[in-house]
Amino acid sequence: MIRFDHATKRYPGGLTALSDVSFDVAPGEMVLVGGHSGAGKSTLLKLIAAIERPTGGAVLVNGQNVGALKRAAIPYLRRNLGVVFQDQKLLFDRNAFENVMLPLAIAGFPPREAAKRARAALDKVGLLEREKAMPVALSGGEQQRLSIARAVVNRPNLLLADEPTAHLDPDTARDVAEIFLDFHRVGVTVFIATYDDAYFAPAAPRKLTLDHGRLLA
Amino acid sequence: MNIWFSHQSAAFSLALRRLLVAPVNTLLSLLAMGIALALPAGGQMLFANAQQLANRSAPAARISLYLAVDADRKAATDLESKFKNNPAIKSWQFMAREETLARMKKSEGLGDVIDALPKNPFPDAYTLVPRDEGPDATEKLAAELRKLPKVDHVQLDSAWVRRLDALLRLGRTSLLLLATLLGVGLIAITFNTIRLQVLTQRAEIEVSRLLGATDAFIRRPFYWFGALQGLGGGLVAWCIVRLATLGLAGPIGELGQLYSLGFTLEPLSAVGSGVLLLAAVGLGWAGAALSLRQYLKDI
Ligand SMILES: Nc1ncnc2c1ncn2[C@@H]1O[C@H](COP(=O)(O)OP(=O)(O)O)[C@@H](O)[C@H]1O
Ligand SMILES: [Mg+2]
Repeated sequence: MIRFDHATKRYPGGLTALSDVSFDVAPGEMVLVGGHSGAGKSTLLKLIAAIERPTGGAVLVNGQNVGALKRAAIPYLRRNLGVVFQDQKLLFDRNAFENVMLPLAIAGFPPREAAKRARAALDKVGLLEREKAMPVALSGGEQQRLSIARAVVNRPNLLLADEPTAHLDPDTARDVAEIFLDFHRVGVTVFIATYDDAYFAPAAPRKLTLDHGRLLA
Repeated sequence: MNIWFSHQSAAFSLALRRLLVAPVNTLLSLLAMGIALALPAGGQMLFANAQQLANRSAPAARISLYLAVDADRKAATDLESKFKNNPAIKSWQFMAREETLARMKKSEGLGDVIDALPKNPFPDAYTLVPRDEGPDATEKLAAELRKLPKVDHVQLDSAWVRRLDALLRLGRTSLLLLATLLGVGLIAITFNTIRLQVLTQRAEIEVSRLLGATDAFIRRPFYWFGALQGLGGGLVAWCIVRLATLGLAGPIGELGQLYSLGFTLEPLSAVGSGVLLLAAVGLGWAGAALSLRQYLKDI
């Protein structure tokens, strides 16, 4: 499903965020990425979603070398994965429902079908009653759940999440983690950068640890 | 086709929403565009009217020739033999000074004045029809006639029409220049509003890209925005021209009556209105395209 082959990422300015990282993720696996702040966890996720390109080695998703994708092909890669961003990237001038509708509008779903899917996704994360709420009116946990709903509304088979339980109280964090466990249970490949391994323990996930951009054995 | 349509209609309603979310800004842009468009559109409308007037009142070229007041009938018959030998003259009509006097006496108010004059103030006169009615040939013939003895004054009756025609041609060129300048101004207005739009929608553009939006998807609402704003500006311009027409119709009608031209101000034609609106939409679209090329690439 995902293959890192001696992948290296050096940011302009000289900082090497990832160096010589190699691993494989099989379909349906749940993988946690740990490591200190600045270890390169977010960079690793960004390489998978082609938000950044590797400066060395290769990153393959479903057999596709995403580092070498043409600019015009990147949108179609992204439509097939769900990403929960570290800073969520919700649109604050649109309500919860409209935020979840965005990926469907981008993919060109007919409005009625899209609305049905969006409500199903909101229901999945327990936000169906809040569909008219603007993001500012939502609590931290609700915002996180909204960003998960937006990530899964396209029904991707690969779900990436960047510290989805950070800054949440333990009960809320457990609820959020439970959503990812559910997706894992139905066969979605789940790839999470996190410090809170304990919440995901029921899935017995594989663990990758980064240290200053290097993968620890 | 279905996806295309739903994409377009989504972009259209998004653009409309963005226009309505800042009504004051939108209104100001529409006014600026409307005024910029109203100038050439109104000018075009006036010129079309003037052109029509010029065409309608253009008489067949006639030359009026007045003899000196002291010329006798002999001078007149001498002239007629010259007319007969001039191939450039098709026909002529003599107007004796007595006839003119009698006609003038009959007209309202002039009778008393003429009675008070010691002698007939009118000269003998001819109206000539040239064989070639083109402006150059008529002018040449008039010059020849002026050199004849006892001829006091030769007048080309269509001279004012031709002067008006030349003036209109000059006006049309200036109008084209003005329209070009204002068209560029219009593109600049859209260019700037789209630039501001791109800045305001930065977060939305960035998030959409991350969620798999193509460039076309991101650009679409901005094109609609530019085109809709253009259309709005065009409608404002149309209203301005229409109001101006209504305002001017009265005074111009009176003027026409005074000069017995039977002339009324025609409003902007359907074709003219269509061209105005299409041009407005096109210019808005072009401004958006230029702006997007400039500002979208670095998001
Ligand atoms: N766009 C960027 N430009 C330059 N340096 C960056 C950029 N993004 C991240 N970095 C640097 O790369 C390193 C890894 O960052 P990141 O992948 O965000 O780590 P983590 O998510 O594990 O905290 C950090 O030192 C960070 O400062
Ligand atoms: Mg990070």
